[in-house]
Amino acid sequence: MIPEFPVRVSQALGNERVRRNIRRTMDGLVLKRHKAFPDEHELAVLRRRGKLIRGHALAHLPDLLEELERNCQRNGIQVHWAETAAEGNALVRDILRRHGADLVIKGKSMVSEEMGLNHYLEAQGIRAVETDLGEFILQLGDERPSHIIAPAIHKDRVEIAQRFAAHFPEYPYTEDIEGLTAIARRIMREHFGRAIAGLSGVNFAVAETGTLCLVENEGNGRLCTTAPQVHIAVCGIEKVIARLDQLPPLLTLLTRSATGQPITTYVNMISGPRREGELDGPREVHLVLLDNGRSRIHGDPQLSSTLRCIRCGACMNHCPVYSRLGGHAYGTVYPGPIGGVLEPQLQGLDRLGELADASSLCGACGEVCPVRIPLPALLRRLRAEGVRGRQGSRVVGQGSRRKPLHRLIWTLWRWVNAYPSLYRGLTGLGTRLRWLMPKHLGPWTRTRSAPALAPRSLHELARSEGFRGE
Amino acid sequence: MSDPRAAILSRLRARHPAARPLPENPVRRFDWSPQERLSRFREALAAVRGEVVLVDEDWPLRLFAWLRARGANNLRYAPATELGQELEQAWPDGEAIRLMPHREPVETCRQELFANTDAGLTGCLGAIAETGSLVLWPSVQEPRLLSLVPPLHAVVLDARNIRSTFHEFLVAEDWVGQGLPTNALLITGPSKSADIEQTLAYGVHGPKELLVLVRQDLGLAGGA
Ligand code: SF4
Repeated sequence: MIPEFPVRVSQALGNERVRRNIRRTMDGLVLKRHKAFPDEHELAVLRRRGKLIRGHALAHLPDLLEELERNCQRNGIQVHWAETAAEGNALVRDILRRHGADLVIKGKSMVSEEMGLNHYLEAQGIRAVETDLGEFILQLGDERPSHIIAPAIHKDRVEIAQRFAAHFPEYPYTEDIEGLTAIARRIMREHFGRAIAGLSGVNFAVAETGTLCLVENEGNGRLCTTAPQVHIAVCGIEKVIARLDQLPPLLTLLTRSATGQPITTYVNMISGPRREGELDGPREVHLVLLDNGRSRIHGDPQLSSTLRCIRCGACMNHCPVYSRLGGHAYGTVYPGPIGGVLEPQLQGLDRLGELADASSLCGACGEVCPVRIPLPALLRRLRAEGVRGRQGSRVVGQGSRRKPLHRLIWTLWRWVNAYPSLYRGLTGLGTRLRWLMPKHLGPWTRTRSAPALAPRSLHELARSEGFRGE
Repeated sequence: MSDPRAAILSRLRARHPAARPLPENPVRRFDWSPQERLSRFREALAAVRGEVVLVDEDWPLRLFAWLRARGANNLRYAPATELGQELEQAWPDGEAIRLMPHREPVETCRQELFANTDAGLTGCLGAIAETGSLVLWPSVQEPRLLSLVPPLHAVVLDARNIRSTFHEFLVAEDWVGQGLPTNALLITGPSKSADIEQTLAYGVHGPKELLVLVRQDLGLAGGA
């Protein structure tokens, strides 16, 4: 059982090593992004374009999904639809079973994390092997990613070296990063040479041409989608874009925001399985389109902007809360500001509404988001909806976070403020009895001194200066 | 039996956002001279550890020397392409570095390809000056694993095919109109990972080194 959020937070804050590792990476990524956008004006134009392209796709989502399906099918890609993670998992399993695959090699995919695919397949007797270096390191220790772009940033080389030594004693111990990488390459090459099936995510699905676009630096994504007999791509329904020529602006926003790279090493555009006469490429390509709560989000005019997200991770890199806690404290697949907005919508405010509180509302996330999602405004909306509910909103668990004590306090507050004499009496009483105020006020005073009440309230002082009801 | 497709689409259709025009997306391009395109391409690729050398018809010799310096014993290539022909004709020493024509489907040469191939040679459609990227359209003659599996990858590029941006490239060549291949690719440097302490390590899955042989004579005058 995952401990409650506040417990996870204090655990995370107590882990100096993880905090150091995360902090180092976040500072690096912030700097890299900053250098990647030297021209403020260009950045502003690009972000606006990114927002409009993604907004356009969402406004026409059902039509574009049908167009995508048509063009994928014309290209020979088989398209499947899943309403829930469970349906998606079953679809993947059935495809693998049909090919008699007991092993599937995986490129990095957050949607597959969202589906809990690895564990599901394992229970069905199918081994899923992560091939992205970071994911590979995590899988050895049955850990989850702590960041959507750099999944293993909470680990340092020493921990990784020890983990490799424990799992692969046949290789000499090394803490050298090149050396560790070389070991991983050797081990994974065996899988690539053997596996019948590969699985990947999708960064953008182009409706116009029926093309699945994937970006990566390592080449494992290309291997997973090229070397096996079958390629299965899992994709959230919001990932579609209308036109091929919309790729360049989105790609540059994505890679520069994520890691400060002008472009990733590989941009992989897949438009179908192996054609007649070709010597490689999968014989079947399957696209699994996953809803899992997205169509509900799509139905809300304001919250639907959540679906513009291109999963660059910039909002978490710039978040003062994320960079102190790291991703595991959130306990969800998507951490940081986008997690605080997306997860309560996917899983309900009753279950995860507190993630929307994990923000100082400093506004940094909204300022860096390449598709200009108003993250702080959405966080505030979800906070409010958690306690109050809202007419016409379909967010699950509205009002569930309101406690009877809160209700009582706010009712009293309303009365006190509605009757001046009551207000005067109470503040007067408060200042007279200020010596009764405790020195320790829970966690607040652990690192601060308790606030002291003044002997006379501001109103009293004002009245004695001759102000009357002003 | 429920139909997830219909259910999803009908939920999406329940909301009627106003139709929006396709957002403006002017082609981003730069009026760089052919010389400038080449030098920018070189610089951008060098920044991600891609090597660029200028060559003429003697390119197979240059490639030979490069492979030799890296201790490669063999080179896999696509025999049915023009490049493949040129390579065969001008290869200096098939004893020192064996030429391996790539003709079989991956199913029958998997082991050879994954375990015993030191280097791969491909051509490319062109390149992108702004980011130092190569544009590859693998084909029946030149399959996609050639540019991915061997630890060394060499590419022959004609300088006249360098364009300023990816956006310009795909619009000018009308990718939509002519239809995409199964796997169009942009390749920018050798394979790398920063997953351990954000420190770059090369050759994690794909090639560890990338060499681009640029044939200049063919086009700087013409330039698109
Ligand atoms: S919300 Fe914006 S900044 Fe955060 S991951 Fe998504 S696109 Fe990037």
